[in-house]
Amino acid sequence: MTPDLESTYLERKIAARAATFAAAGAVVLALVPLFAIAAYVAQRGASALSLAFFTEPIGLHGSGMANAIVGTVELVFLASAMAIPAGIAAGLYLSEFRRTPLARGARFAADVLAGVPSILVGVVVYATVVVRMKHFSAFAGAASLAIVMLPLVTRTTDTLARTVPDSLREAALALGVSRWRTAIFVVLRTAAPGIRSGCMLAVARVCGETAPLLFTAYNSRFYNESLFDPTSTLQVQIFTYTMTPNDDWHAQAWAAALVLVAIVVLLSVLARRLLADKEAW
Amino acid sequence: MAASTRSTRPPRPLARPEARGGSGDHTFGVVGAVAALLLAAVLAVVALSVVRIAWPSIKASGLSFVTESRWDPLHGVHGALSFLWGTVVTSVVALLLAVPVGLGVAVFLTDLGPRNLRRPVSSLVELLAAIPGVVYGLWAALVVAPLLRTTVEPWLGVLGGPLFRGPPLGVGLLCASLVLAIMVLPTVASVSRDVLRAVPSELREGALALGATPWDVVRLVVFPHARRGIFGVVLLAFGRAVGETMAVAAVVGSRADISTSLFAPGYTMSSVIANEFPVASSDLHVAALAEIGVLLFVVTVAFNAGARILVTRSRKLEPGAA
Repeated sequence: MTPDLESTYLERKIAARAATFAAAGAVVLALVPLFAIAAYVAQRGASALSLAFFTEPIGLHGSGMANAIVGTVELVFLASAMAIPAGIAAGLYLSEFRRTPLARGARFAADVLAGVPSILVGVVVYATVVVRMKHFSAFAGAASLAIVMLPLVTRTTDTLARTVPDSLREAALALGVSRWRTAIFVVLRTAAPGIRSGCMLAVARVCGETAPLLFTAYNSRFYNESLFDPTSTLQVQIFTYTMTPNDDWHAQAWAAALVLVAIVVLLSVLARRLLADKEAW
Repeated sequence: MAASTRSTRPPRPLARPEARGGSGDHTFGVVGAVAALLLAAVLAVVALSVVRIAWPSIKASGLSFVTESRWDPLHGVHGALSFLWGTVVTSVVALLLAVPVGLGVAVFLTDLGPRNLRRPVSSLVELLAAIPGVVYGLWAALVVAPLLRTTVEPWLGVLGGPLFRGPPLGVGLLCASLVLAIMVLPTVASVSRDVLRAVPSELREGALALGATPWDVVRLVVFPHARRGIFGVVLLAFGRAVGETMAVAAVVGSRADISTSLFAPGYTMSSVIANEFPVASSDLHVAALAEIGVLLFVVTVAFNAGARILVTRSRKLEPGAA
C-alpha cells in the first residue's frame, strides 16, 4: 500500500515538517488579501468619511450618501420581511415532512436557487416586475434581494431543525401535543439560536448583493418618496463610483465601502458569536 | 382543543391533549406546503422567464450563438463565444490559484496546524467570505490593477510565452482571475475542511499507530479517502467563480475578444449582462444577453448539482447558509 517503504523515519519527519510549513504558508497567503482589503478600506474609507457622508444625499463633489444608506437599509429590511417568515415556514415544513414528494422537490428547488447567480435574479425581476410597472423601484430591488435570501433561510432552517433529536419530537407527541405545536414550540424553539444566526448571515449576505439591484432598484440621487421609486443603495453606488475616473468619487466609494463592510462584518461576527456561545464545536 | 371524553385520561399531562390531525395541524401543513411551493414557483419563474426573454435570440441564432465569436449588437451580430472563453479562462486560472491554497488552509485546520490556531484562522477565513463582491471590485480596480500594471505584469512579461503577452494594462483576464481566486478561496477552504474532517478518526489513529507522521496521514489516508469530496469542492468553487459578477465586471476590461494572453482585456458571461443589460440597444440585444443568462444558469446548476452529490456523500453534516 505505502509507496514509500524505502524512506527513512528522518526523511518522513522532514517531509512532515515541510508540509506543516507549506500549510501555514497557505494560511498566510489566504490572509494577505483579507488584511490588505481591511487596511485599504479602513484607511481610505476613514479619511473620506465625514459627517456630511451620513447627512447629505448623493450630489456632485464632497457630499454624502445618506439616501444610499437609507436605501440599503430599506431594501434589506423589506427583503427580510418577505424572505425570513416564508423561508422559516418552508424550512420547518421540509424538516417535519421531510420525505413527502413536495418536501423533496422544494429542497431541490432551494438548492438550485441558492446556486443561481444573483445577476439572473435581477434580469428576471426586471422582466417581470420593472417592465410591467414601467419603472425601477425599491420594491423590485427588495423582491430580488428576497429571492436571493429565501433559499438561504430555508436551507438553514431545514438543516438546523433536522439536527433536533427525534426523541424530543417523540416526547412531545407522546404527551399528546399536536404536530404543529411540536414543530413550533419544540423543534423551532430548540433550533432557534442557530436559525437566528443563519438569518443574520443571510441578511449580511444580501447587504452586499449588488448585481440583482443594478436594473431593479437602479439608482437615484434623491430619497425615494415611495416604494415605487428608483432607489440608491450603497452597493450600487460603490460600483458606479468604482467605474468612474474621478478621484473624489473614488474617495466616496471607499467611504461607502467602509460603512458597508462595517455593517456586514458586524452582522456576521455577531451571528457566529451568538452561535458559538450556544454550541461549542 | 376539544377535551377528551374518555375517562382514562392520563393525570395532568404537560400539554393539553388534542385530537390528532386537528385544525392546527391542518393549518401548519397548508402554510408549510404553500411556503415550500413558493420556493419551487420562484425557481420555475426564474428559469422560465430567462428562457422566455431569450427566446427571440435562441430562435434567431440557434447553435451558432455559442460558436460565433463576434459580438456586435449595433449590427445585430450576437456571438457568445468570447464570453464563454473569458468565463472559462478566468474561472480556471482562479481555481488553479485558489484550490491548492484552500486545500492547504483546510489541512492546516484539520490535521497539521496547532490546535489553538485552528479556531482563529477559521474565523478569519470566514470573514474573507463576508466581504461583499463590490468591495472586492473596488479594491481590485483601484489597488490591484495599478499594481499589476506597474509591477507584476512587466515582470511576468519577461517570462513571455502565450500567456503573458501584450501591453500591461492592469485590468484584464489576469486581474479578474486573481480577484476570483481570492473570492472563492473561503469556499474552497471551509468546504474542504468539512470534507476532510468527515474522514473517520479511526483511520487517522490507525495510521498514526503504525508510525505515520501527520503528513503521511494526510497524504496516504485523508486525501485518498476524501478524493471525491475534494473533487466536489472544485466543482462548487467553479460554479461560484462562474456566477460572480460585480468584482469581475470592475476589472475584467470589458472587451468581447478572444486572446490567449492573460494580460488582455476580456469579458465574462455574468459581467456582460451586468454592463449591457441596462443599456441594451435593441430587443434582440436584450434577448441575446438573456440567452447568455440561460447558459450561465445551465452551467452553474450543473456544477452545483455535481458538487452537491459529491460533497454531501463525503461529509456528515451540511452547513446551513454556507
